[in-house]
Formats: sequence, structure tokens, C-alpha cells
Amino acid sequence: PSILPRRRRFSSAVSCLKMALVRAPSLFLRNGLASACTTFIRPRSWWTEVPLGPPDAILGVTEAFKRDTNPNKINLGAGAYRDDEGKLYVLPCVREAEKRIMAKNLDKEYLPIAGLSSFTSAAARLAFGSNSPVIKNNLNATVQSVSGTGALRIGAAFMNKFFNHARCIYVPDPTWGNHVPIFKHAGMNIERYRFYDPLTCGFNFDGAIEDLENIPERSLVLFHVCAHNPTGVDPSPDQWRELASLVKRRSLFPFFDFAYQGFASGDCTKDAFALRHFVDEGLQVALCQSFSKNMGLYGERAGAFTMTAIDENERAAIESQLKILIRPMYSNPPRNGAFIASEILNNEELNAQWLVEVKGMADRIISMRTQLRDNLTKLGSTRNWAHITDQIGMFCFTGLNQEQVHRLTQEFSVYLTKDGRISVAGVCSNNVEYLARAMHEVTK
Amino acid sequence: SRLLLGERSEAVLQEKYCGVQSISGTGALRLAAEFLHCFHKQGTTVYISDPTWANHRTIFSHAGYSDIRTYRYYYAPTRALDFEGLISDLEAASPGSVVVLHMCAHNPTGVDPSQEQWSKIADVFQARKLFPLFDCAYQGFVTGDPDVDAWPVRHFVERGMCFMAAQSFSKNFGLYNERAGNLTAVCANTEEAKAVRSQLKKVVRPMYSNPPNHGARIVATTLCNPAFLLEWQDNLRTMTSRIVLMRKQLYAKLLERGTEGTWKHIVDQKGMFTFTGLEGKCRAIILLLYYSCWMGLPSCRIQTDCLDISLL
Repeated sequence: PSILPRRRRFSSAVSCLKMALVRAPSLFLRNGLASACTTFIRPRSWWTEVPLGPPDAILGVTEAFKRDTNPNKINLGAGAYRDDEGKLYVLPCVREAEKRIMAKNLDKEYLPIAGLSSFTSAAARLAFGSNSPVIKNNLNATVQSVSGTGALRIGAAFMNKFFNHARCIYVPDPTWGNHVPIFKHAGMNIERYRFYDPLTCGFNFDGAIEDLENIPERSLVLFHVCAHNPTGVDPSPDQWRELASLVKRRSLFPFFDFAYQGFASGDCTKDAFALRHFVDEGLQVALCQSFSKNMGLYGERAGAFTMTAIDENERAAIESQLKILIRPMYSNPPRNGAFIASEILNNEELNAQWLVEVKGMADRIISMRTQLRDNLTKLGSTRNWAHITDQIGMFCFTGLNQEQVHRLTQEFSVYLTKDGRISVAGVCSNNVEYLARAMHEVTK
Repeated sequence: SRLLLGERSEAVLQEKYCGVQSISGTGALRLAAEFLHCFHKQGTTVYISDPTWANHRTIFSHAGYSDIRTYRYYYAPTRALDFEGLISDLEAASPGSVVVLHMCAHNPTGVDPSQEQWSKIADVFQARKLFPLFDCAYQGFVTGDPDVDAWPVRHFVERGMCFMAAQSFSKNFGLYNERAGNLTAVCANTEEAKAVRSQLKKVVRPMYSNPPNHGARIVATTLCNPAFLLEWQDNLRTMTSRIVLMRKQLYAKLLERGTEGTWKHIVDQKGMFTFTGLEGKCRAIILLLYYSCWMGLPSCRIQTDCLDISLL
């Protein structure tokens, strides 16, 4: 039986019949009776059982936003940084890098499967730090990826094939929505460990520790290095130290998602603390990096996936296997984003300019958090909004429930995801008051 | 998609197709393979030509297919298409099987069916209810005319068939490292096309979220601007005529030297590659040593666009 509703099946049958009546005579003349008959007795379509899929939970928010005609509408759905005028922001260092790359008049020869090496080595150095034993001893197998999602998928595929100890990965609860389908499509199951405490709108440290103590040894565990998505809640350095010690003691394997280096505190070194600490403790890691947010490269899809090895032989073996996974996925990666990131990271002056610009973005977000909280206080809200400024990075878990979220969208044209997550990057001076008013209205 | 199908195609006019940008041709094939593995329950076998681009098999096996078979294609004694073998193998394929077809400039042999042969191939697809997946990596690269090169795909549309086509803009736009590609699906009607598109998006999202913009912008800007479109078509003719010239000159030089064997297939075969017919390693090595030619061992394929007439 077809999944399509009866009306659709009928109209599809009618259009088939119409088509057949028009086409049959000319087909008969051209190809003979056999052809005309096959059109007339049209074979059943291949796709009648394909259901219309629901819009993507996060990207679907932007689609709904675009359809809204309210002039006061605000899009706080997808995590794309906007400047204080609400406009998409292309970093000046990126524009400069693009100019320099154009001037080089490069050809379009395929990149190697593992990508642009000047990019991958710079990306690894940025994450681990030039003084890291991983970098100094060349123990990182780093491949270019189609941004953060691509890195996660490569990593998931690698784990599915080579991580012999488990068929599942433990992710924080909650986590970025796309983590689940990424690992599932790669053949892995998902389990969760406690992370967010809805009572405090903060990190459930005791819950996380307890859960990680009880999962099987040698399990695969996903951590967000900084600016946890969707909650904005990060463990403190001391809490990270305890987590690292637990991971080491129980032989868990840490799988890091690093999408916001520089974007959380404004300081790339500070934001990398968790990753670097785990490595300093002698742990082998997997790392997914994205340059979508911190370099504003979004649509260029610049990212990298790294696994750390114990020696060169292992590093080479891992890299060769990563290439085997990449080849039947897309052969070799897109050049543009990698060239831009490489130009910036490998040039002292552009790199310095970038560090200032990324700090600028982080500072603006921090100031919007402060303004939002201040406005809510001014409006007389009695609710505790401390988490707005306690949380870090692009997102804020407002603590609003589904009904309140629904009202925000329907009554005020404020678009956010169902879980109450807002992208603070979409807040600016000329809409923060409106947003505060809307949030106050639905929560008072 | 409209470049492939043609603006006047009934698939375009009736809006019963969809296109999803992909990471070049490989990405389009992988999207199709993942989608088919999930939704095409009518057939669990994939047929690829013998020989075919090495990555075809890997793409399908990574997408979860375990039953991957070949259909006869290249006939070494004539260095041409084994048409009877092809038809025979497809007629024996179980209904619902996915069959990968090279739209033009078959990789690696350069051997393409004639229009008449394509029509008979379409007959078999309809009779046996096979699912066509076209690999379109060289549209415009054979004759220099994208409409002429797309004839097989357009013929399948005219026959009222539904299928998918993986397009690459690496060669015909020279965009290689920009990874510009597109997966076109021709469906029964608009609703189905929408449903298929929505499910293709669900394959993309957990693989890489959304595609790289740069190469796609270049292609879109060119195809949507009349002056650029003309210039591109001119560039295509330049590239293809150079390849055809190299083929003719290689053939002529071989005849001049009275080289043993028949070499006409070099000018009969189409596109970027020529299956020389040279056997095995030793002859390839001799060629390598004497002429510093690049050849892909062990199938002995020469890339004609790398040839310099002076090497001959």
C-alpha cells in the first residue's frame, strides 16, 4: 500500500494516464508497439513508498523564519554569527586572504584525499598548541573534512570499522541534534550520559561523573571541547581535570567535537584547555574541528579530523584508513575554505588579525548576553536569568519549555529551536529589548 | 539538472525532477547509493560495467550493498562494446536491480553505445524493471556539445522512465578541486520529486550538513548568464577538439610507423581515456621507458589529454 494519501495517488495516476495518451501515438511511430504499450501500461513508480520527510529541526527553523512577513521577526535558530546590525559577517581577514589567494592564480588540480597539508597541519597546531607532544612528535593523523559534520562522519565511520570495544558512543544529554543521525548512519548506536541540569541551567557534574563511572570500561565518549551546543554550559577547568582522570582510569576513549575554538572566551588557547589537558595526561584522542564559526567560513565547509597515534607507524596506518573511508564518500575535499584558513593560520600578520576579529565576535556575544539579562531584570522579571551570562559561546539554553517556545514564535515571530535554545549570535542592539520583552511575556 | 535534462524536457516542464547539490560526481553517486539502499527495496543487487571506474564498487559497498555484480561491457578482441553480452547480462538481472550506466565517455574504456544500442538498452530496462543510475562525469566532453552528449539520459526521460543521474562538473568545467556536482532524480510527478528531495536532504545532513558553495556558485553563474554560457560552450569545444586531435595524431603516427596491430579504436573511443589494447605490464613498461608516457597499469589506459605530440 502506498504511503501517499489517496488523493495524491489518484492525481498521480491521472497524470500518468494523461501522459500515456499524449505520448503513446508518437512513441508508437518512433519505437513501435512495444514502447507505446509500456508507456500506456506505465510501470509503477519507484518512489511511491517514499514519505515526505519532516523539515530539519534546526535548519527548518530558518526556513520557517524566511516565510514570516513580520518586520520584527528575529531568527535565533541556526548558529550563524551576525554583527550588531543583524547582518551576516564576513571577517576582514578572510576577505584579505581571498584576495591573496586570487592573486596567486592557482589551478584547480584535485587536492589529495587527505586535503591541503598546509591547512591540516595548521589546524592541528591551532587545536593542540605548537608545544604539544602530539605536534612536536608528529603524532597526529589529520585529514581535511567537509567542516565539522564531515569530520564527525569520518570519525564515526572510522570508529564503526576499527573501534573493537563497543558499537556505541556515549554523548552528553543533551547534545547537538545532528550527532545522533551522524553516528547512526555510520552504523553506531547512541547512549547518553547526564550533562545538563535543568534546575540550575548549569552543568550536572555529579550526574556526569556518576554515569561515566558506570559505563563499561573502554567505551567511546563524546565531549564538546568548549561552548557546549546546545546548552552553552561548560565544565570548569577543575571539573575537566576530574573528567580526564576518570577517563584515564577507566580507559575510556575521548572523542572531541571542537566547533568553537576562539569563539567561546575569545581566547583560542583558553578554549582548547580540555583537549590539551587530556593530551597532556597521555590520552589518545579523536578530534573534529570546524572553521565555520570561528572564521565565519560556513558555506566553504572547512574542517579537519584528527586521531592521535603513539608512533609514526600507527599515524601512517590511521591516515591511510581515513583516506580509504573518504574516497568512496567524496574522493577529495573542497579547496576554497581550506585555502582561506591556511592563508590565515600560516601568515603571522593575518593570523594576528584573525585573533582580534574572533575575539571581537566572542565579545559581542558576551555583551549581548549581559544586555539580554539586564533588560529582563529591568522589565521586572522575577525568574532567575543568571544562566544567560553564565553560559558561554553561541548558544543559550533559555530554560523555556515547548509551549513558551511555541508562543515566542507564534506571537512574537521569534524563531528558536523547540528545546529553548537561542543563538545569541542572532541578538543585536536593535532587537535585544524586543526579545527581552517577548521572553518576559511568555514566562511571567 | 536542466543542463542534463534539457530545458524542453518533459521532466523539466512537468517539474517531476529534483536536483540536490553534491560533492562532485563521487558525492552524487554516494548520495544515490545511500538513498537507494534505504528506499529502493525492490532490488538489493547493483550492476556495474566490466570494466568500470574503480571507485564505483567501493562507493556501493560503503553504502551497504553486499551484492555487487558486473555486466559485460568491453570486448577486448574488437576493443569495442560487447553489446550482445551487455544485453544478455541485463536480461538476466533480477527485477529492481540498480544498474550503473556511463552516460558518455565510458571510464575507463572510452567505448560508448550508439543511439540505437541505447534504445535497445532502454527496452531491457523497461522489460526487466531495472533501476538506471547514470554516471554523468563528462557531459559536453565527448562531442563538445552538452545536448548531444546527454542524449542517453534524455532518451530515458522520453521513454517515461524514472532514474537518477550523478553529475560532475570537475571535467567539463575544469573545477576538479572545487567539488561541484549534482544528483538529479527524475520521478513520476512533482509530489514524488519533493518527497525524494526531502529524503535526499536527510542523507546529506548526517554526512556533511550542507555542500561547499564555491564551485556551485561558479557553475550557476556561468549557466545562468547567456554570455558566460556561450563562452563555456566555446571552451568545451576547444578542450574536446584538442583531445580528438591527439587521438587522430596518435593513430596517424602509429600507422606511419607501421606499428603491428589495429589501432582504429583510438579514434573510435570517446572522451578522456583510451583503452589501448596493450596487454599486461611488459608492453606498458616498454612504452613507459621509451616514451615516458603516463599509463594506468594494469588496465593499460592512456590519458589522451596528457599526450604531447612530440612524445609520439
